[in-house]
Amino acid sequence: MYSRGLRALSLSTVAAFCVSLSLVFFYAPIEAEEGFLQKIFYLHVPLAIVALAGFVVGGLMAIAHLRTRDQRWDLCSYVTIHMSLIFGVGVLITGSIWARASWGHWWVWNEPTLVSFLIISLLYATYQPLRFAIEDPERQARYASVFAITAGAFVPLNFIAVRLSASYVHPRVLGSASNLPPSMGLTFLVSLLAMALLFTTLCRYELTAKRTRMLLKARSRILGFQ
Amino acid sequence: MILALLRKELLVELRTLESVPGMSLFAVTTFVVFHFALNQNTVEGQEAAGILWVTLLFAAMLGINRLFVADADQGGFDGFLLAPVERGALLLAKAAALLAYLLVLELVAVPAFGLLLLGPSLGQALPGLLAPLALGDLGVAAIGTLVAALAVRTRARDLLGPLLALPLLVPVVIGCARSSAPLLAASGHTDSPPLRWLGTLALYDLVFGLIAYAVFDFLLED
Repeated sequence: MYSRGLRALSLSTVAAFCVSLSLVFFYAPIEAEEGFLQKIFYLHVPLAIVALAGFVVGGLMAIAHLRTRDQRWDLCSYVTIHMSLIFGVGVLITGSIWARASWGHWWVWNEPTLVSFLIISLLYATYQPLRFAIEDPERQARYASVFAITAGAFVPLNFIAVRLSASYVHPRVLGSASNLPPSMGLTFLVSLLAMALLFTTLCRYELTAKRTRMLLKARSRILGFQ
Repeated sequence: MILALLRKELLVELRTLESVPGMSLFAVTTFVVFHFALNQNTVEGQEAAGILWVTLLFAAMLGINRLFVADADQGGFDGFLLAPVERGALLLAKAAALLAYLLVLELVAVPAFGLLLLGPSLGQALPGLLAPLALGDLGVAAIGTLVAALAVRTRARDLLGPLLALPLLVPVVIGCARSSAPLLAASGHTDSPPLRWLGTLALYDLVFGLIAYAVFDFLLED
């Protein structure tokens, strides 16, 4: 009963990934300087954008939770941040591979976007330890929301601070969208859409699983199985 | 009200001497550790700024970890919630108390740093250092108070406090270390620190002060 629309969403995610992968490998041109390895751009950048958006959306859901005191918002916020953290690990791994391919090092400090992302990931890595160190469920939700709001506001501020501190060496593909050939731009947008769909689908699955489990617990308590 | 709370904080600290002496001693010991770890008698420039700020930050962390412990363990929160006052007052009072601790810490740690490790003379750099120190303290006080309140009623509070605070304070470290580096350089720049960093620091302090004030109420509901 919680899974309404989940099948359609899953199928559209698969379809979007088929389209985006075929565009990446067969339609988008091989980049002149970086060659085939530039294709990781279509994975790394959408992952990063979706993960960051997830962190901020998790913060907005936390605001909704504190305003309405509806525990469902807290559950949504938790699942979104949890999924963003998983995507974030993907961003760091793909970014590291890209850095190795482009500059010969697995980690590059004068690359502001990746460094900011590392700091943000380190901050959000404390979300679950904080949350599960609090026993009372109501207080757990409240404290987790306070964290989510603070950290969500920290995301853009941290980007500004780190960017100020470093020089620009990242291939500024997105910053100079005009330099991007239309075929690459289209592929990138489709990849971003596919990644956003994947994020939404995974979040929905986790939400459905969690709600079903809670429902089952409540039912079995009524029936006296415990 | 804020003044009454602040007075209570400072009075408790004066009578127990739980935080400030420990923080100051920790800072001085850390300078000694840095001397041996780096195997250098004097430091300058960016390195000096980094050592100073890392030490101050970690010493501040000791105070942050202890900031709400007495309230959580000995019923200070309950007493406060029973009083008919705005909850934000507690945040302001605690942040002001932390700011006072940091000032005392720096009164000890900065001269000790000049004496033990800094190559160029401290006297020249000191007037320029005041602005980064003040702005850094404000940021640490705002974020530290919020984080301390978040962590204090969890099971692993000693662990969670620094884990939460350090990433949030990275921009403060960037701003403070970058703005004080030219002042501590051997070539002896005596002009004011780069305004760009001070502006960023001030903006960060302001934003996080407002965020802390906005969300603090929700931490004190039971």
